[in-house]
Amino acid sequence: MGTVLDSLNTALHRAFAEDERLVLLGEDILDPYGGAFKVSRGLSDKYPQRVITTPISEAGIVGVGAGLALRGFHPIVEIMFGDFLPLAADQLINHVAKFRWMYNLPGRLPLVIRTPMGGRRGYGPTHSQTLEKIFMGVPGLDILAPHTLLDPGMLLISATRDHDDPVLFIENKLLYNLPVPGTNDLAEFDIREIPHPVAVQYSPTVIVRVKGAPAPQLTVTSYGYMADLSRQAVLQLAYEYEIFAELVIFSQLAPFCISPLADAASQTKKLVTVEEGTLNLGWGAEMVARLAEQPGLSLEAVMRVAAQDTPVPASGPLENETLPAVKQIIEAGQKIVQNR
Amino acid sequence: MIHDQELENRKLQYYLDMLRIRRFEEKVLEMFPRGVFFGTTHTCLGQEANAVGVLSHLGQDDIVFSNHRGHGHFLAYGGDMRSLFAELMGKSTGVCAGKGGSQHLHWNNFYSNGIQGGIAPVAAGMAMSEKLKKNWAVTIAFLGDGTLGEGVLYEALNMVSLWQLPIFFVLENNRIAQTTPVELAVSGNILSRFSAFNIPCLELETSDVMEIEIAASEMIKEIRTHTSPRALILHSYRFGPHSKGDDTRPVDEIERLYRDHDPVKIQAARLSSTQLETINTRVEKEVNDAYEAAISDPFPISMPRDSERATPTSG
Repeated sequence: MGTVLDSLNTALHRAFAEDERLVLLGEDILDPYGGAFKVSRGLSDKYPQRVITTPISEAGIVGVGAGLALRGFHPIVEIMFGDFLPLAADQLINHVAKFRWMYNLPGRLPLVIRTPMGGRRGYGPTHSQTLEKIFMGVPGLDILAPHTLLDPGMLLISATRDHDDPVLFIENKLLYNLPVPGTNDLAEFDIREIPHPVAVQYSPTVIVRVKGAPAPQLTVTSYGYMADLSRQAVLQLAYEYEIFAELVIFSQLAPFCISPLADAASQTKKLVTVEEGTLNLGWGAEMVARLAEQPGLSLEAVMRVAAQDTPVPASGPLENETLPAVKQIIEAGQKIVQNR
Repeated sequence: MIHDQELENRKLQYYLDMLRIRRFEEKVLEMFPRGVFFGTTHTCLGQEANAVGVLSHLGQDDIVFSNHRGHGHFLAYGGDMRSLFAELMGKSTGVCAGKGGSQHLHWNNFYSNGIQGGIAPVAAGMAMSEKLKKNWAVTIAFLGDGTLGEGVLYEALNMVSLWQLPIFFVLENNRIAQTTPVELAVSGNILSRFSAFNIPCLELETSDVMEIEIAASEMIKEIRTHTSPRALILHSYRFGPHSKGDDTRPVDEIERLYRDHDPVKIQAARLSSTQLETINTRVEKEVNDAYEAAISDPFPISMPRDSERATPTSG
């Protein structure tokens, strides 16, 4: 059984073999190192002309990627830590996200910016953040986040191939070493994929229920690594508390399609949103707002599970206290269903 | 004799090209108070020789990346005057169908963006793409003295030198950034910023298009031959306001600039009064016709293309 890291790495090898206009830029991506998280391992040995190691210049390399994309290449840019993405914020917001639209370009702007996000590794305040919410409101950027219940490599290949707008590809660090389960490994769940409305894109919304459970009383929604924790919480809620939840996992965070979540929430009227970013003005707030706007859907109860509104501490016990875990999701589920 | 004829033609052509820019920009400033243009504008009065001189020897595949003060670059590149007027007016016939406005243009291999510094790595990426394609195209990026304050410029200089990219940085030092004189914003010297990265650099203190043209064409040839970056610093003068009517400089200073450093006047001195009259009349008519045509062009009736996918709500 391969890991998310294997899946992404294999996908890059496949994409390089299939698409000769694909180039990779990033810091420390050359073999034998193969990138800080090893996602690009083996590529520079095989394709030395198309894998370019760069200076520590996040704005510079995102800009170079944009220039390459405007002139017909299919660049993938690796930003070593998502925490460094703000260094390229001007490039993302004022250049990358604007070109296709403001220049009235007839085709795609085929640029992918990959970056790891997230904590729980003790890296401290500037190497542990979950910052994608900063970019979710920027029109002209597609934001994707793999998880273990879809094919992460396919999500990445589709990002390089099928999206009209540039893609920000958010990889939670803890996902890298998790296995991508085949259906046999998920015997306890019923899993269903709802394809993205743009049929050519592989970025499905995944719906998860505990196998054999009665109709759900609660809708949980999440993405990325938190979707894995949410799945564990959903299982425990069912087995230990007889609270039955349905989990809706987004893989495309922006622009997103609300209808799978709206359909689920209209059955339960109770919603828990789960994200690793900070609570204030976050992803969960947007989910709740969008559901509130749905005609005929009135939620009875809502809870948002997210990181505390502080920087992420380096010390393990403090970091655990700051970031949301299975326990908080279970507590939110109990509270919302049992009305306590 | 052939050489003389060619030189004569170039003299005429450069005068014509500069006058087109001069009259276009004057028309923009003249008509702005009437409310026909959206937003703001940045004219390049006084800097016409930079655009015309640098872009006079462009190859078909060469790329130009310009900035907020880019009308002159666009027109010298060969961009259509009516569609530039129309873009400033927000008309559907504009260069980018009215979506970009004055600072955000794209046509053929011409691009511009209104963010200082940020265009430098994008232009570097374009130069890298042309190098990978091995098509010998040169990418020309226009910068200003104000751009020197932006850190990302130096990231780009580092990369184009490391990777030996075929890019030509043309830095127009008009000695004033919005209202801030260069002495209050730029320390050290400009040339050594490029030489520190081993980018061969030349500086010219002139408003003479013929001088600029010779230096630029030589450097562009070198870039093509050696596939490596070059920089040209053009010390020049901005006659007009930063945008519209926001000039804090004394009137007599502007008058002095027009008297001593006017590229159009310098070139006019090389032509006969008959030649001048013919060209002046022709340009006057071209600018007026382009303006009138753009004025009658329609506004976009709804958001062009794409707006529907911003937030798909069903599926």
